[in-house]
This record gives sequence, C-alpha cells and structure tokens, in this order.
Amino acid sequence: MVGVRARRRLRRLAGRAGFAFAVLVMISPALMVFLWMISLSLKTEIENIAYPPVFVPETPTLDNFRHVFEASPFGRYIVNSLIVTGSATLFALAIGVPAGYGIAKAKAYRLAVLVLIARITPNLSYLIPLFILFQFLGLTGTLWPLVMTHLVITVPIVVWVMIGFFETLHPDLEEAALIDGATLWQAFRYIALPLARPGIVVAAILAFIFSWNNFIFGVVLAGRETRTLPVAVYNVLTFEQISWGPLAAAALVVTLPVLILTIFVQREILTGLTAGGIKGG
Amino acid sequence: MSAQAALVDTRRSHALWRRVSGGAAARGRPYALFVLPALVLMAAVIVFPWLFTGFMSLHEWKLSQARSFAGLDNYLRLLGDERFQWAALRTLYYAALAVVAPLVLGTVAALIFHRRFPFRGFLRGVFILPMMATPVAVGLVWTMMFHPQLGVLNYLLTSIGLPASLWVYDPGTVIPSLVMVETWQWTPLVMLIVLGGLAALPTEPYESAQLDGASAWAMFRHITFPLVLPFLMVAAIIRTIDAVKSFDIIFVISQGGPGTASETLNLFLYLQAFAFYDVGYASAVVAVFFALIVTLSLTLLYLRQRTQWSA
Repeated sequence: MVGVRARRRLRRLAGRAGFAFAVLVMISPALMVFLWMISLSLKTEIENIAYPPVFVPETPTLDNFRHVFEASPFGRYIVNSLIVTGSATLFALAIGVPAGYGIAKAKAYRLAVLVLIARITPNLSYLIPLFILFQFLGLTGTLWPLVMTHLVITVPIVVWVMIGFFETLHPDLEEAALIDGATLWQAFRYIALPLARPGIVVAAILAFIFSWNNFIFGVVLAGRETRTLPVAVYNVLTFEQISWGPLAAAALVVTLPVLILTIFVQREILTGLTAGGIKGG
Repeated sequence: MSAQAALVDTRRSHALWRRVSGGAAARGRPYALFVLPALVLMAAVIVFPWLFTGFMSLHEWKLSQARSFAGLDNYLRLLGDERFQWAALRTLYYAALAVVAPLVLGTVAALIFHRRFPFRGFLRGVFILPMMATPVAVGLVWTMMFHPQLGVLNYLLTSIGLPASLWVYDPGTVIPSLVMVETWQWTPLVMLIVLGGLAALPTEPYESAQLDGASAWAMFRHITFPLVLPFLMVAAIIRTIDAVKSFDIIFVISQGGPGTASETLNLFLYLQAFAFYDVGYASAVVAVFFALIVTLSLTLLYLRQRTQWSA
C-alpha cells in the first residue's frame, strides 16, 4: 500500500517537474534575448567581442550609455519621441473615444470596417502620397508629419478598444439620464466616460506603445533633427566597425520604458489585445 | 486577466467580428456627431492616399522630375519585372513560415499558460515582452546574435555539438533566420488569442471524456482543438496580414540581403519609392501588394466563417 502511494506521489512530482520545465522552455527565448541585451549594454567592448562570449560582465560599466548620449543628441530624440507619441495618443483619445462610443451605441459596425481597413493596409502605402503631400505643404523638417502619420496607428487602436469597452457597459444609467432630459453629449460626458476609465487606460497604453515602437514613418519622414528614438537607434548601427556595447545600450534605452510598462500592466494589456487582436504595424 | 474577463472578452470580439463581416444596418443618427471627427480624419489619411496612389500609378513619375500620363505602363512593367516576381514569391514563402510557426508554438504556449501555477501572471508578462518591445531594438540585438564569428547563437550551437550557421549572411538561411525572429516576436499574440479561446471552453465534454477514460491527446484532438479552431483562424488571419507586411525586422537585420535573398514586397516597395524615388512604379506595386493582402485575408475569413462553431 505504502509503495503504491509513494509511487503515485513520485509520479505527480515528476509531472510537476516536467510542467515546470515546459514553462521554462517557453519563456526562456524571451528572457534570454532581453538578458543578453542588458549584458551587452553593461560590458566593455573587449568583453563584448570576446569568444567564447562573456555572459555576466566582470566589471559592469555604464560607459556605453554615456557614449550614446555624448555621441549623438539622444536627449533630443527622446523629447521628439515623447512629443510625437504623446500628441498622437492624446489626439487619438480625444476623437477616438467619442467615436468608439458612437459606433457602439448606434451599432454602426460598417464604420468599424474602416478601422479594419486601416489595420490591413501596409504603412508604406500611406507613406508615398503623404510624403509628397508634406513636401508640397513645406512641412518636412518639422514634427508635424510624424504626429499626423502616427494617428494612423493610434486612432484605430483607440476606436477598436473603446467599441468593445462601451459595448459591455450597462446602458441603464445613461438611459435614465436621457429620460431626465440630459443631452446625448451629457450622458456620454458625465456617465459613460467616467465608467469607461479602465478602457481608456488600456486604449491609451496600447496606442502609446505601438506608436512609440513605430519605425517606418520616422525612417521616411524624419530629418536629422526630428528623428524619433527607433530611427535614432537604427542610425547608431555602423557597419564599418562593430560597436555592440553602445548599440545595445541605445536599444535598451528605447525599449526599456515599454518593457517595464508591459510587466506592470500586463493584465490590462491582455484585456485590450484580446479584444479583436489589434496591434499597430 | 481572469478567466472570466477572458471569456467576456473573446465572446465580445467574436460577436464584433461576426457583425463586422456580416454587417448590420447603420442606425441611430443622433450619434453621428460622435463619430464624425474620427471619420473625417480616417478618411483623410486613408482615402486620400488611396486615390492619390491610384492616380500616381497611372503616371510615369520620378520625384523631382516632370510626370507624364502613362496609362497602365507601370502595371505592365510589373508583369515583366523579375525582381518584383521573386519578391512576391519570397513574400509568400516568408509569410507561410511566419504564420505556421507562431500558430503551432502559440497554441502549445496557450495550453501551458491555461493551467494554474505559481507566478503565472508575471511569467505570462515575460512571455509577451517580445511583441511589446520596440522591433528595431530587438532587431539590432538579433543582428548581433546572428554574427557568424562572434555571435552568441553560433556559440550555443557549437557548444552542443551542432555545426555553426551563417544565419542571415547566407542566401539559403536568411529567410528562415528572419522568420525565427518574427516567430519569437509574434508567438505571444497567438498565445493570447488561443488563451482567450481556451478560457471560453465548456467543461462538460472533458468531464464525460475523463469518465470514459480518454487520453490527454485524445481529449485535445477531439474536444479542445475543434472548439479552439475558430480562434486559431482569427490568429491565422492576423498573422497572415502581419507576416505579409513585415518590414522592421527585415529592414534592420538584413536590408533585404544578402543580394536580394530576403527582399520581400515591402522591401522592394521601399526601395522603389524611397531609394529610387520612382513613385509612379512604386504606386503600382502598392496596388498589387494591397490586392494580395486583401485576397489572402478574405480567403482566410471565408475559411473562418466555415469553421464557425454554433455559438
């Protein structure tokens, strides 16, 4: 009897160990790449091109980060990115939240198709006409073209997430307000909007991240002074010499805010992303 | 995300998908003003470029040069352009790999993350990092990892006794290597969608199957898989659209090279438009490219409609 129980316990333990191993295998590619990125950014150039590779830096140094900020106006690029992504996100919220509300209330799903079309179209295909338009308007060299094109990413995300969110809100309170003589706008502004705050947060986070990450608009439209961070990082890449430390440091500076945000608000991100499986790109 | 939230969410997105594809008459004019600003903006940034692209594609037009009407010349030129045809074939090859691999791995990951275990929320957060990270930044790290002499990947391969690879520096392995990065990046999205599907599954079939002594594989094959199939189709549609449009990773890691070995349609388009400034020809590429994406999505949407479970 004892033997059977022990064997059963052993088998359960083995099953658990196997499952833990499966989890480890699943998350290790993600974990390894980011740890390697951190490792590269903290090592000296000698350690970075050593073979066999040095995994844990012997004497961690912040020189690579210092180098990035000294060799290029990286601070300015950070400000550029904040302006472009910040304005594109705020503007998208301003027009996208009411639009999501209107579409959900009027059940005007044909309009939602427009959002899907924006999702399907390759970004490059907007870029040729807009590039010519911005040249014609004399806007090249300013941040305006970037803010405007980033709306192509942020507005669909906000509208799509908000449609889903407003659909789940119970209409009772708004209907009561309308019966009491409130206008549609008042019902939206004072009743639906405060209730939708969690949805707005999700929409804002997702819009911010995918706008922050965008590369293609910047690479075509940005000049030397108006680069956003992903474009600036790409330009750190030099093919003549291998300078992996500064490159990894620059890459880390760009993506670290997003990584930290993801870990802290992963639950909210998941809710937003599963609602229709949206992302920019 | 709690199981319940996932349930509500996936049902909702399901309903939304159905209504978007099925269509419902627009009603409720009083809400028009809510939608108008967004509508005008989207029309401006989507409809204007389309019309203008169509216009440009009918012209012989290099930037900073005079343009002249050319009729369908640009499209005829595409028909005879071998570089374009190779790019189209390469795009399909790339997309096929970059759809199948994340679908398989994402399903496995979803089955794992569907079970309860300690630190599940945090580990799931780590797992989805690749898809939230800035593509250019991770592209650069992968470039360093792919380095044939000093890269960490070849070190890992040789240390377990496998031959080193040239990765993105060899025309034969460049596309699978890039797909590896793309898979690393987008498996989490498939995982999330399938996870939503798993959370919405009923428990009764499992209970009766367990009573009948069904094996774990039999339960997956005959219960889980058919029920999750609609979600897999959604994931397949999204992955197909994204894989065909893939740009950042390829542009950063291989620039379409070596030679033109990883030049997909998007890279070809970029080159025509912003390296050669041949906007007339590039616009014709856009038109064909867009038609390809729409055809692929509609085909998958049709397949999805047929796999709809009665819910």
